[in-house]
Amino acid sequence: MSPFTKIGAVASIEFRVALRNRWLILATGVMTLFSLALTFSGAGGLELKAGILTLAAASLATLSVYLIPLIALLISYDSIAGEVERGTMALVLATPISRGALLAGNALGLIAVLAIAIAASLAISSVAAMAVYGLDMSGLAAIVRLGLTGLLLGAVFIAIGLMISIASPRTGQAAAVAIGVWLVATVLYDLALLAGILADKDGVFTKALFPYFVTANPGDAFRIFNLTGLQNAAPVSGLDGIANTLPFSPVYALAGLVAWLVAALAAGYVQIRRLTP
Amino acid sequence: MTAGTAQNPILRIDGVGVTFADLKALQDVSFTVAPGEKLALLGHNGAGKSTLFKCVLGFLKPAAGRITVAGDAPGSDHARRSVSYLPEQVAFPRMLTGIEIITYFARLKSVDPREALPLLDLLGLAQAGRRRVGDYSKGMRQRLGLAQALIGKPDLLLLDEPTSGLDPVSRREFYEIIDRVASEGAAVLLSSHALSEVEGHVDRIAILSKGRLVADGNIKALAEAARLPITIRIKAREGQADALSDRFGGTRINGRSVELSCEPAGKVDLVGRLTERREEIDDIDIALPSLDDIYRFYSNRAEKGDAA
Repeated sequence: MSPFTKIGAVASIEFRVALRNRWLILATGVMTLFSLALTFSGAGGLELKAGILTLAAASLATLSVYLIPLIALLISYDSIAGEVERGTMALVLATPISRGALLAGNALGLIAVLAIAIAASLAISSVAAMAVYGLDMSGLAAIVRLGLTGLLLGAVFIAIGLMISIASPRTGQAAAVAIGVWLVATVLYDLALLAGILADKDGVFTKALFPYFVTANPGDAFRIFNLTGLQNAAPVSGLDGIANTLPFSPVYALAGLVAWLVAALAAGYVQIRRLTP
Repeated sequence: MTAGTAQNPILRIDGVGVTFADLKALQDVSFTVAPGEKLALLGHNGAGKSTLFKCVLGFLKPAAGRITVAGDAPGSDHARRSVSYLPEQVAFPRMLTGIEIITYFARLKSVDPREALPLLDLLGLAQAGRRRVGDYSKGMRQRLGLAQALIGKPDLLLLDEPTSGLDPVSRREFYEIIDRVASEGAAVLLSSHALSEVEGHVDRIAILSKGRLVADGNIKALAEAARLPITIRIKAREGQADALSDRFGGTRINGRSVELSCEPAGKVDLVGRLTERREEIDDIDIALPSLDDIYRFYSNRAEKGDAA
């Protein structure tokens, strides 16, 4: 049997556990509620300059930066630490599965959970919006792009969550670290950048370094990539203003996300090789 | 010290030492387990049993000595394909069914799940296979753990206190299956601190005390080496107790009985002399030292050696 069979076995078990623990239904439910709310409140009953889904994509890009990392960390932090704590990890590691295959299987199973949650929520809200306001093909493309890059963003935080889970001896500690990472990545980092701009007033930091600092954050990179894709069709504010004056191609923002994913998986692999159940 | 007699042991532990910070968890431990052999590893909590298991599974690298599993280093692909592990009180994901668990571990062990699933029948879980593990009793969970360990006919079964917390009936069924697996050629290494549990179920015992192997052999040989006294209780016929007590010494109990103790070597001689007086004797009971006595003897001896 190839290593892929074993990766598939781990992924399928991880997926089933998430399914039976109601994580899938919870994640899908929360994301569907938010996408429906943002899609219809964005329309606001006014005459629209841009298509309904284009506006929805802009609002969802901003919300997803908070929601997707949160869900990704919530479904992954317990994954390895919980099994170590319950004693099943010793059983699994006693079998001839490689540590890398185990990590890959866990990541794939959780990414599948997130993929279903993202796809279902965007599909439901888009279909509902187009049923009310009519077809919006260019907006639909923006939604698809949002979904795919959202999954990439989620994969980054699943990899980070798994790394935390492997490095923590207890699930309680893993949960605390995961929440800390979420706060820093989605809130505190941006606040620090804004503080930097206010202090710097058009200096070197604002002109030269700021765009790189913004795209170095996976959440901001995701948002900037999606907002530049909307080509000024939607109003942007705050840090997102950078989206219109980026000194490099937004594709680099996407490359930044991929780099985060690779780095987090590599760090997780180093950790899982040292794991003693 | 080593009493392994087979030429090609499945498990060979040679001078293994493990140190945590300033604690010597294992010191110069050596023994072997041969195919078809059942060895019980005995020791108090903290004696080093679990540490030794972790070394055999490849989770810990010993600072000294060498371990081979089926001729290979612990943790190597070949070693992991040869060994199966059952920890004390395994907790499978509660939301999964027995069938899903067995299918999962079969895939991890590169075994066709269709070959592994009949193990559920063997362990009396055929009906429960479709139910979630969260609804299983403790005994059922442990049997599922054993089914998992038997997937793919492993050469070496490592069972960490496998029957602790099981009721006597489940325990007996558990050992019946262990016997069957061993008779088919698997080596079994199980740990326990409940000594009465393993008596009669294993071929050999090894005793760990404070990280050192203080005994290794079959129960009879260890008992002989310990020279623990054998107790012979004689029930005298009406009015003969005093005469017997005068002749053989010993302690009078319950009015009609006399309790004698003798060294193993003197047993036949003493019984011979007793049968010469058979007209005075109603019944004879011979009690050999129990595993508890032997265990206490070796464990205490090691601790006294430490103090000296």
